[in-house]
Amino acid sequence: MIPAEFQPIVYALVYILVAPLLGGLIAGIDRKVTARMQGRVGPPILQPFYDVGKLFEKENPVVTVTQNFYVLSYLVFMVVAGALFFSGGDMLLVIFAFTLSHIFIVLGAYASYSPYSHVGAERELLQIIAYEPMIIMTAVGMYMVTKSFFVSTIVSSAVPIILYLPGVFIGYLIVLTIKLRKSPFDLSTSHHAHQEIVKGVTTDFAGPNLGKIEIAHWYEYVFLLGVIWLFFAWNPLVAVAAIVVAYFLEILIDNTFSRVKWQLMLRSAWIIAGTLGLVNLGVLYYLGMVVMP
Amino acid sequence: MIFSGGSLVHILDLLGYLILFPLIAAIFLLFERRDSSRSLIVQLSAVAIGIVSLLLLVLGYNRDTLLYAVGSEQVGQVMFFIELLMVAFILYLAVKHRKTLAAVLVLLQAGLLVWFETSLSHGLHVANNLFVDQFSIIMALIIGIIGTLICVYAVGYMETYHTRHPEVRDRRNIFFAILFLFLAAMFGLVFSNNLLWVFFFWEITTLCSFLLIGYSETEEATNNSFLALVMNLLGGLAFLAALIWLVLSDPSGRLLDLNYLLTTGKALALVPAVLICFAGITKAALMPFSSWLVGAMVAPTPVSALLHSSTMVKAGVYIIVKFAPVLSGTTEGLMIALVGGMTFALASFMAISQNNAKKVLAYSTIANLGLIVACAGVGTYNLMWVAILLIIFHAIAKSLLFLCVGTVENRIGSRNIEDMGGLIVRMPRIAIMMFIGMAGMFLAPFGMVISKWAAIEAFIQAPFGLIFIAILAFGGSATVFFWSKWMGKIISVMREQEVLEDTVKKEKWVVLWILTGLVVVVCLIFPVISWVLIEPFVLNIYGQTAGLAQANLTIMIMMLCLLMIMPLSMLFYRKGPHVPATPYMGGRPMDGNMHFAGSLGNSREVVLSNYYLEKMFGEERLFMIGTSMCWGLLLIAGIMLVGVML
Repeated sequence: MIPAEFQPIVYALVYILVAPLLGGLIAGIDRKVTARMQGRVGPPILQPFYDVGKLFEKENPVVTVTQNFYVLSYLVFMVVAGALFFSGGDMLLVIFAFTLSHIFIVLGAYASYSPYSHVGAERELLQIIAYEPMIIMTAVGMYMVTKSFFVSTIVSSAVPIILYLPGVFIGYLIVLTIKLRKSPFDLSTSHHAHQEIVKGVTTDFAGPNLGKIEIAHWYEYVFLLGVIWLFFAWNPLVAVAAIVVAYFLEILIDNTFSRVKWQLMLRSAWIIAGTLGLVNLGVLYYLGMVVMP
Repeated sequence: MIFSGGSLVHILDLLGYLILFPLIAAIFLLFERRDSSRSLIVQLSAVAIGIVSLLLLVLGYNRDTLLYAVGSEQVGQVMFFIELLMVAFILYLAVKHRKTLAAVLVLLQAGLLVWFETSLSHGLHVANNLFVDQFSIIMALIIGIIGTLICVYAVGYMETYHTRHPEVRDRRNIFFAILFLFLAAMFGLVFSNNLLWVFFFWEITTLCSFLLIGYSETEEATNNSFLALVMNLLGGLAFLAALIWLVLSDPSGRLLDLNYLLTTGKALALVPAVLICFAGITKAALMPFSSWLVGAMVAPTPVSALLHSSTMVKAGVYIIVKFAPVLSGTTEGLMIALVGGMTFALASFMAISQNNAKKVLAYSTIANLGLIVACAGVGTYNLMWVAILLIIFHAIAKSLLFLCVGTVENRIGSRNIEDMGGLIVRMPRIAIMMFIGMAGMFLAPFGMVISKWAAIEAFIQAPFGLIFIAILAFGGSATVFFWSKWMGKIISVMREQEVLEDTVKKEKWVVLWILTGLVVVVCLIFPVISWVLIEPFVLNIYGQTAGLAQANLTIMIMMLCLLMIMPLSMLFYRKGPHVPATPYMGGRPMDGNMHFAGSLGNSREVVLSNYYLEKMFGEERLFMIGTSMCWGLLLIAGIMLVGVML
């Protein structure tokens, strides 16, 4: 067995090595399922890996060299956020690192003075402020149930967290749509050509830089789905099932809605965080204060 | 030998020095009209004040609250006399500019003062007039280092200011005298244990800010200065009411002893605490009084920097944090906290809709002060820890940002964020400093995020904490939005721009680099600051103290180091053969990269503008909401207070 004090490091290393493989696989399955929903055959499951591999063979055109720095930082801090999460770190710290990483991709898009990436950057920022309150409430909700912000404590809790946080869970799934860049909330950039031809926030990234963004996205997938795990952590089988169902739902929503305007996205995300999330937490708070002091 | 009982340097001497030395410098500056010697006086005084504040830290950090029986009846009478002079002076200006409200308020205050002095002040005796504890040391460091740095910066700035604004009367001698008087008053305020003294210094800061805001003597400046004056006089009246209440409840004047009052418990201290916190709310420019601080941006930029970071508004939150133990657990305290919380959320939202750089900074200040007051109003031990941390981080980052914006404004002639596009090319060093300052305001692992994080962890254990967590979650995400889009504007790369920053003076660079360094260094060493200064202070009051978990601290510091290493990756990228691509212009770029081919073969320039989301986060609407709600909350607190009094 691994000594307890090295466990966090081992988990972080496993995440760093395995997450891109898993994330790429998820992306491949996503594309296959999406294709079937649209009545196409779809690419092979390993297609995302071929794509990224090819991107790294291309030259690296940039408008300004600083773009390389922003993209690299985006990837690095995404890995840091995920590694912190999987090593059992503080949820709030994970969220802040996660935001930091996204600010870098936004700055990268701003740095090139293209109208398309500019609009993409603004929209990416809108997406960040749309989902952030709900994500923080997710962390706070988990604290209320387990009395800890540390993922290591939350994941080893024997309590079925989902029973205490149904509203927060639904709220999380809805902002997950924003995070996974799924319709109707794929405003800043989309995976689908029918949504946009010029690719929003990633417009002025090509070759290896685009490849890095793709890999960061894979890391992000695994981290985001890991949060779903926490809701069901008392039973790993249920947790895996929940993740599969949740992800399938996201694909289904992706293929049945068209993109909305940012106003609707921001309003709906905030209203959901303010109602589902906050009411759920309020009830828990009341129970914690009055019923089980 | 310095640390022994009969020490070489007595801490009391340091306190007296810090209060009186800036005053002497002010008098010299008042009569000095030559630029070179003014610059010399300011720089030497800044160094002297900075060193003595550091000395105070070295000698005083490990002591408990030290009280000093200094001063006597005469000092009190001199203060009363000066207060009357100030009243007469303000009355004169109010009549001259036909400001009825200001005149009425100042007369009211004069009446109360005279009544207080003639019929209540007999037999008043406060044993200890001065004190120092870890919190006042922190405040002294902020005033003594950041405040004086701003003064040094101001010398060069005002020179450029007067060449750019020939219509403004050159009254720089008065200007610098007031700056140093301001510093003296701030030192006095944080070292005074006698509440009458606190009030005296409090009124001096009101007067100083009034004069500084109105410096340019335009109609707008005069109006805004009177707006600030009226609001702060209102707070001053509440402060005076608190003093009268204290003397009426105990004619011996024992309750005027600040540190004694704080230990007497809620029954005695609650009424004056709420009144003084009301004064603090006006001074800290929380809603419904936020408009004076926004209006204060008409003043020269160093004034804004001073008001926002190390003086004025910090006096407001200082006194509220001081009274936090009294407020904790009371409904009145909760109301004050809610005023702070509402201010935090709404001011953050309003900052989104602003394109005036100074206005964005102003709203961000108001928001952060709101957060500090929210922490102090709930007033648990870990929230007090957060509040002090916020005061420190905010002072450093905000002063840096104001001075950067001032420098940019002097060069490009605009304070509109939209005109700051490509600043990274035009003024690379200033842009990087602004970048670091902004990161300090909203990005992990810098100061304000550390505080926000600690605030969430503290609120979750506090009564009604969930409300504040929701406010933090929504307001916090708004701050991410307005800072990031500003950052984006600065770093967007436009070629063929001329470099503008060569004309910036050397002493300005020194100030800016020191502040930039402080933003980073204080993040790195904040555990030490917490351990040496904040934790002993909180422990002393509450018997327990807060702090971040060791594991988290390590990770934060590792992240900060990583963040500092990342830019080195640029060296690697610079090496390779690099042919810049044109930004994507729908496939029709023209002449370099700022133009695209329009219809009829026209070449059209690309002009990009940020989102301001006017409809959702418009200033007017949110201001209305905030003002009415915060007045409502204050009214509830007031009614409950009357209930307590009766």
